[in-house]
Amino acid sequence: MPDTARPPRRQPSRLGPTAVWGSIAFLALLTVAPLLYMVSTAFKQAKDVYTPDLIPGSPTLDNFRYIFSEIPILRYLFNSFLVAAVVTVLSLFFHSMAGYALARLKFRGRDTIFSGIYATLLISLPLIMVPLFLVAKTLGILDSYLGMILPAVFNAFGIFFLRQFYLSFPDDVEEAARLDGCGYWRIYWQVILPMSRPLLTALAVFFFLGTWNSFLWPLTIVQNPDLIPVQVGISNFQGQFSAAWNYSMAASTVAALPTLILFFVFQKQFTETIKTSGGR
Amino acid sequence: MTSGRRPLSQRGRETLAGYLFVAPSVIGMFVFLVLPMIASLTISFFRVSGFGDYEFIGLDNYRTLLSDPVFASSLKTTGLFTLAFVPTLFTVSLCLALLVKKQRRGIGLLRSLFFAPNVVSLVVVGLVWQFLLTDHVGAVNRSLERMGLSGESWLGNPRYALFAVVVISVWFFMGYYMIIFLNGLQDIPSAYYEAARLDGAGRWRSFWNVTWPLLRPTSLFVLVMTTLTAIGAAGIFDLIYVMTKGGPDYSTQVVMFYIYQRAFQLNDFGYAAAMAAVVSFALMIIMFVMLRITKGGKVDA
Repeated sequence: MPDTARPPRRQPSRLGPTAVWGSIAFLALLTVAPLLYMVSTAFKQAKDVYTPDLIPGSPTLDNFRYIFSEIPILRYLFNSFLVAAVVTVLSLFFHSMAGYALARLKFRGRDTIFSGIYATLLISLPLIMVPLFLVAKTLGILDSYLGMILPAVFNAFGIFFLRQFYLSFPDDVEEAARLDGCGYWRIYWQVILPMSRPLLTALAVFFFLGTWNSFLWPLTIVQNPDLIPVQVGISNFQGQFSAAWNYSMAASTVAALPTLILFFVFQKQFTETIKTSGGR
Repeated sequence: MTSGRRPLSQRGRETLAGYLFVAPSVIGMFVFLVLPMIASLTISFFRVSGFGDYEFIGLDNYRTLLSDPVFASSLKTTGLFTLAFVPTLFTVSLCLALLVKKQRRGIGLLRSLFFAPNVVSLVVVGLVWQFLLTDHVGAVNRSLERMGLSGESWLGNPRYALFAVVVISVWFFMGYYMIIFLNGLQDIPSAYYEAARLDGAGRWRSFWNVTWPLLRPTSLFVLVMTTLTAIGAAGIFDLIYVMTKGGPDYSTQVVMFYIYQRAFQLNDFGYAAAMAAVVSFALMIIMFVMLRITKGGKVDA
């Protein structure tokens, strides 16, 4: 581009800050509009479903009453909650143990093990679904809570994070504990874990949301109607009431609200996790 | 050397502790990730029924693949999806990051709003968009008509369905990558921008001369992650399962969805494993080429 196109030493014309802020806010609202529309439709009467208003003309709780009485959505929510909570706790426990050892202990093969763990980041569920199904079948955990939980626990993501974090720990804390005669388990349990609480909280939110929202694996292995998690439950529900969007949106709202609340409460920790994942 | 017993046993203890600490994760990852990955290749040489009968058939599954028009079209659809999804998502999330970069009042909330779709499950997202895109009466077509444009049957017409899936996926993922880009942008020292301004560079020039080159590691990360998402990850699957089931007329039948159908709806495990093996191999090559090219510096010369 020729330099003469622009008069030298002049700032490019600037939009007023308010105008910029206004347009960002407008875009942000446009982004969440589908979600607002979902919530709004959940409160609409069947005859008003296709009215364009965001605020329902005559709001009603009937849709929620209907889905709570006609489908076992509480059961679905409980299943999702149980699976997500157990996955989160087990993941944090095992990942922090591995992260601690890989960062702070010296042993043969450590770097090889770490590279191996890191390389598994490239393996994605759809690519291994068939053999994973067969593994689950062999272990006898098809159609069970354990079948939903165990394969979801083990991933390189948490180990990688926690290892990075433990690498930056100062030596003296651990040293002091060792001089007091603490073994490795005591150091991990009484020194390392308490010090990693902020990161563990952030990862917990991340794992909980991820498991709560997972669909493909439970869809594949769960048959028992009593074990169905909420994502699978509402996708079945859609088949039964295909055009009853007021019910469908009420069910979707119930499935999405816990995650949205969790996110807005812990947004800072949550975005920190994402930031570090793109770090390097 | 007179290495006494104490230091040696100390080292031994550290080693033992190390192994014990990593054991649960390593065993778990081996059983649930690595073993399936290896098994996938093995199973692809067998005809497997869902009930557990194995029959060795050599390369037959692969031979069938070559002449399976649905597999070919699913690869094409996956390619089209990736080519549309990756650059669009890259551009949109970078623009968003630049837009919300500056610290101002309430910017945290706005960033969170852009991110909000990403914390909702893709099942819910699929349901909501199906509702918004309903023919004739859906909110999207209503709004288009009010603006004097004509609505379409977005999910019902093979010409538009994949396009709709791309747009919705970008909407879903853009907040996530916005945050990644934001982090990359905040790592660029402001001194560079000041220097550029002193040299008389305008916004556009300082973007090309400062931001773009220094953002390269982040860009590369985003490129790799979004390609993985587009081709291999489960995310897109959920959306397609809920919204289109691969239709209409196979227009949204991406390869992952076809693998799932062959395996779990037709019990054709061996054939599905062969497809998964081909995709894994292709994915490895794509990643390799991508890293090669971007490291060669040809992309952002």
